[in-house]
Amino acid sequence: MLARIYVTPKKAILDPQGKAIAHSLHALNYAEVADVRMGKYLEVRLHGLSRAQAEQRIDEMCRRLLANLVIEDFRFELVEE
Amino acid sequence: MKWGVVTFPGSLDDRDALYGLGTVLGQQAVSLWHKDRDLQGVEAVVLPGGFSYGDYLRCGAIARLSPIMQSVVDFADAGGPVLGMCNGFQILCESGLLPGALVRNRSLSFVCEWTRVRVETTRTRFTAGCNVGEILRIPIKHGEGCYVADQATLATLEDKGRVVFRYVNEAGEATEAANPNGALRNIAGVTNAKGNVVGLMPHPEHAVEALLGSEDGRKLFLSVLAR
Repeated sequence: MLARIYVTPKKAILDPQGKAIAHSLHALNYAEVADVRMGKYLEVRLHGLSRAQAEQRIDEMCRRLLANLVIEDFRFELVEE
Repeated sequence: MKWGVVTFPGSLDDRDALYGLGTVLGQQAVSLWHKDRDLQGVEAVVLPGGFSYGDYLRCGAIARLSPIMQSVVDFADAGGPVLGMCNGFQILCESGLLPGALVRNRSLSFVCEWTRVRVETTRTRFTAGCNVGEILRIPIKHGEGCYVADQATLATLEDKGRVVFRYVNEAGEATEAANPNGALRNIAGVTNAKGNVVGLMPHPEHAVEALLGSEDGRKLFLSVLAR
């Protein structure tokens, strides 16, 4: 099973990288860009777990290491391979 | 007094800290290796600057899981003085010993310059020998030093006098122009509830000799001795 994990800066946290990217997109005349937030994407391959177990374990991994909940939010999806 | 300076893979300023403490200040300063658990009976621990574990994942996120850090957390919980400078501050935040987090500088630029920080409290092991309102000239060099925390945490820090240092201008005012990285409320350093753990982005170990441009950094180390 594959977990696709998205870690993004919290809404309340200033994201200067996202801002710089938005400015660059505007410079390329993409005037429709309202906002950019930049985060991380991780793929974690699991073995030997049921879907429910995987859900619980990945959630725990995110809270304990993969995301810093002071500054980041996370979400993930599980994909059967 | 016996001090321990932790070396992680990617630490840069461990030798500067050992030099400052040992050669300049005449302390017994020993190097502690990240893979060890033994703190060798030190009476104070310094987490130096650098890029521990290449800053992988987040600055300090991997270092906090090293064997030595388990011992440092126990040492801090028991009231032992722990100072984290720059990457050391990031590690202290990641390990939960200090609240908040350090994110990319608002300017997106790595900043390497002299700053002035105002001492906001003397109720910590590392500022006990300073005066409230005193301005210290200490350099910074970092790309991810913008201190952030949620509103409730900031309120607690302010109410309990746990903001230790703020970036200020020559007149001692915490202005936006004096803020090198966009840190909320110009915060340069904070402490835990007991005042034995202090983290700051500036580098006091780079300001211990007139030759380096300032001796103000000495005051943090000498504060520990004062007690």
